[in-house]
Amino acid sequence: MAESAATQPSRSRDLDKLLLRPGNLVGPRFEPSAQLRDDVQNHARVLVVGAGGLGCELLKDLALSGFHNLDVIDMDRIEVTNLNRQFLFRVEDVGKPKAEVAAKRVMERISGVNIVPHFCRIEDKDIDFYNDFMIIALGLDSVEARSYINNVACSFLEYDSDDNPLEETIKPMVDGGTEGFKGHARVILPGVTPCFECTIWLFPPQVKFPLCTLAETPRTAAHCIEYAHLIKWNEAHGGTAFDPDNPQHMKWVYDEAAKRAELFGIPGVTYSFTQGVVKNIIPAIASTNAIISAACTLETLKIATECSKTMSNYLTYNGSEGLHTKVAEFERDKDCLVCGPGVLIEVDTSVTLQKFMNLLEEHPKLQLTKASITHRGKNLYMQAPPVLEEMTRSNLCLPLFELMGKLSKDVIHVNGMTNKNNQKVSCLRKLRVTFKGVDGVTDMDTAGGA
Amino acid sequence: MAEPKVKYDRQLRIWGEQGQAALEKSSICLLNCGPTGSETLKNLVLGGIGSITVVDGSKVEVGDLGNNFLVDESSVGQSKAKCVSSFLQELNDSVKAKFVEEYPEALIETNPSFFSQFTLVIATQLVESSMIKLDRICREANVILIFARSYGLTGFVRISLKEHTVIESKPEHFLDDLRLNNPWLELKSFADSIDLTVQDPVAHKHIPYVVILVKMADEWAKSHGGKLPSTREQKKEFKDLLKARMVSQDEDNYKEAIEASFKVFAPRGISLDLQRILNDSSSEVDSNSSDFWVLVAALKEFIANEGGGEAPLEGSIPDMTSSTEQYINLQNIYLAKAEADFLVMEQLVRSILKKIGRDSNSIPKATIRSFCKNARKLRVCRYRSIEDEFNSPNLPELQKYLTDEDSSSGGATFVGRGAMAPPKPLNFHIAVGIYILLRAVDRFAANYNSFPGQFDSATDEDIPRLKSAAISLLSDLGCNGTALAEDLINEMCRFGAAELHAVAALVGGIASQEVIKLITRQFVPMSGTYIFNGIDHKSQLLSL
Repeated sequence: MAESAATQPSRSRDLDKLLLRPGNLVGPRFEPSAQLRDDVQNHARVLVVGAGGLGCELLKDLALSGFHNLDVIDMDRIEVTNLNRQFLFRVEDVGKPKAEVAAKRVMERISGVNIVPHFCRIEDKDIDFYNDFMIIALGLDSVEARSYINNVACSFLEYDSDDNPLEETIKPMVDGGTEGFKGHARVILPGVTPCFECTIWLFPPQVKFPLCTLAETPRTAAHCIEYAHLIKWNEAHGGTAFDPDNPQHMKWVYDEAAKRAELFGIPGVTYSFTQGVVKNIIPAIASTNAIISAACTLETLKIATECSKTMSNYLTYNGSEGLHTKVAEFERDKDCLVCGPGVLIEVDTSVTLQKFMNLLEEHPKLQLTKASITHRGKNLYMQAPPVLEEMTRSNLCLPLFELMGKLSKDVIHVNGMTNKNNQKVSCLRKLRVTFKGVDGVTDMDTAGGA
Repeated sequence: MAEPKVKYDRQLRIWGEQGQAALEKSSICLLNCGPTGSETLKNLVLGGIGSITVVDGSKVEVGDLGNNFLVDESSVGQSKAKCVSSFLQELNDSVKAKFVEEYPEALIETNPSFFSQFTLVIATQLVESSMIKLDRICREANVILIFARSYGLTGFVRISLKEHTVIESKPEHFLDDLRLNNPWLELKSFADSIDLTVQDPVAHKHIPYVVILVKMADEWAKSHGGKLPSTREQKKEFKDLLKARMVSQDEDNYKEAIEASFKVFAPRGISLDLQRILNDSSSEVDSNSSDFWVLVAALKEFIANEGGGEAPLEGSIPDMTSSTEQYINLQNIYLAKAEADFLVMEQLVRSILKKIGRDSNSIPKATIRSFCKNARKLRVCRYRSIEDEFNSPNLPELQKYLTDEDSSSGGATFVGRGAMAPPKPLNFHIAVGIYILLRAVDRFAANYNSFPGQFDSATDEDIPRLKSAAISLLSDLGCNGTALAEDLINEMCRFGAAELHAVAALVGGIASQEVIKLITRQFVPMSGTYIFNGIDHKSQLLSL
């Protein structure tokens, strides 16, 4: 090491070309300099959500792309079936928390990198935890988890009075997903590009078999397996819930499914197929995870530095029949309840809930009747069912300001009826309520800080 | 003992035991183990490839620690090939890992026979002259070759071998083989045994749609001179007839029949893609022909004779609303026909093998069976030699890429609902520009002994030098007067041959996925040259 110090060997030899040199196809705020590289290293905190197939790759890729302050969150423990792709884990790690082992392995190999593992559910963290990161990278395999993080990131977003997003409140996300030879990588800048909810239709609901088919007219191996899993198990085991990770439970379902298949003359029930159906196993390989994670990492680096153009905004990859990659530019859903600005309403602190509902009916943009109103998941007033209506009726004469916890401004969701093409249709609206005369203090604070 | 199988569970669900066995039998050679090569091999080692041989003559430098996960601090000063291969061994002990501390360029020059021991060679970060030589060697030795290169925010992947044939192409969307437009005798008589006017409503709504459509098509043909519906009006009329047979709104089997009625209207016989394979001169077989082409020769005879214009029946049916009994019966009718077709095909194969002087049992039953099941989905991929492409690229294509701004051929259209921005002109310019510049940097390096922008001191003078290298390359290729975007030339100089980890992981990921398809002989490998564009991710396949 000492001899080569004369030529100043640098770990960032390759990355420096990108971050220290001016470029032509770069973002408007790209400022190439050693300072930029050091800022990424020292100050850009990135959260990796999931330490599975994508998460392992993301941690390695980010660490080798100049990000030295990473956190990783995952509630799972390592399983044998992870080892064909989750390259940070070894056979002897089976049973240990993924987040902890992944963080340790990357730190062992790349000096100067600090990774904080969080072995817990994403819901276990306070919302504020997520606000500490510059960018959130998602390596998840479920729609629900993506939705959750998307909701959290979008909850930081604020709009100005012209419905333009306030730049400093935008929490960028990069999201990857894979299935077999296929995958996607996308960039979500809440308020600028579509959020996960805007394009939720990209994830079609899972097909479920009708129970009568399972019970009366089974035709396929999957029907026999789901019969054993969903119907027979409860009949036979009453209180005990089925646990897909319990090998005895799985074996029982397999045996029952095999019996049923034989009874009806249906071929194809195997133990492996039973596991696949019951656990809804998605096939996964190292190469696809590598491709998608690398694409996500490149975009993370671009968001942090503007060292090149940003992908806008949804990349799909399909390697099963030839090689197809495509970038589609999806557009935001202007009325998105998660990332949209909603309708801004300013009221006095004295306005009661009943008065507020009258305002909604008269509001030219809304014309919203029969309103049911929720605030942060709490029902303020419900039109139905009668039990809920009765429970919330007493709120009608209370000031909205108090019902909303005396916040100067916050979001509420309203379900009701409105007019569309001269027809009454049901609708769900997001409203940004601000109260006159109480918003000064917090705003002045932020202004002073800037 | 069961452990390896469990470890590979998630991939066995994609390529099965047979695909896995092919991977475990293969031996792979990697040339240059920088991040691109290391990442390619990492993905394959995890999947349980048989053996690897890492060839690299360089020592690990401090700079390598910043872009290659497979080397660490303790590796500095040691053989890179040795360090990478020992880390890969750590990832999977069922893989045999070896290394050769030698520069690939030297090996290509001095020991070409070295490469013939491998199933496949992955050549990373090679310059043009070495690519051409290695390609010649591998073609001669029938070794599959794949090139991968990362260069700044760009890169490419290119497969090279004479021919790759696929029986199990496993397309995602492929019409099932129900023969509703051309039912055979047993299927017809089964349909005839079922009464569509059955009074019992439960029985009525459990008649499988296959039976409904076979019967209704037969009825239609009888009153239309033996013809099936072909015009738009006739098709609508046919669907209305189906609708009229419903006795209640909740009959899913009839809804399925209406939805599937296009299968009755579809033309009989084989697809154009399959016809093209049958017409290929390789289907005139002799003792040198591969098993695939022997099977194609048999298929050709089958279609012309016993098949009556159709390929052997696939034999599987999709799930559909039905009573269990009728569904199982139907399944058995399809299976029986597939088995009968297979037996005919087997005879044809055996007799062709005999005719060309081979052992008539030299193609296993299981292979013939799989071939019959996949006969409609066969794929043949051929790749130009690197030398041919480099010296005489497909000029019309090249011109088209250089000038075409039309997005219709590969634009960002996306099937689905929801709001989409209008498709923007998808810039082939950038992809083909990257292609030209990736070749120009090699010419540059041949002249100046370094890549443009490789050293901070010379970046400014390198820009015009790279530009003139690109212009002279274009003119050599016959594209005089074509301009490349200045911005892109500047960017290539800025990249200075940097191998960024994320780009290497991406390019290596693609290369490893192609390797898997080539070795398992499942799915369809890419064609042409994949140009990776990490600037805005508008990457392209170029067929030159």
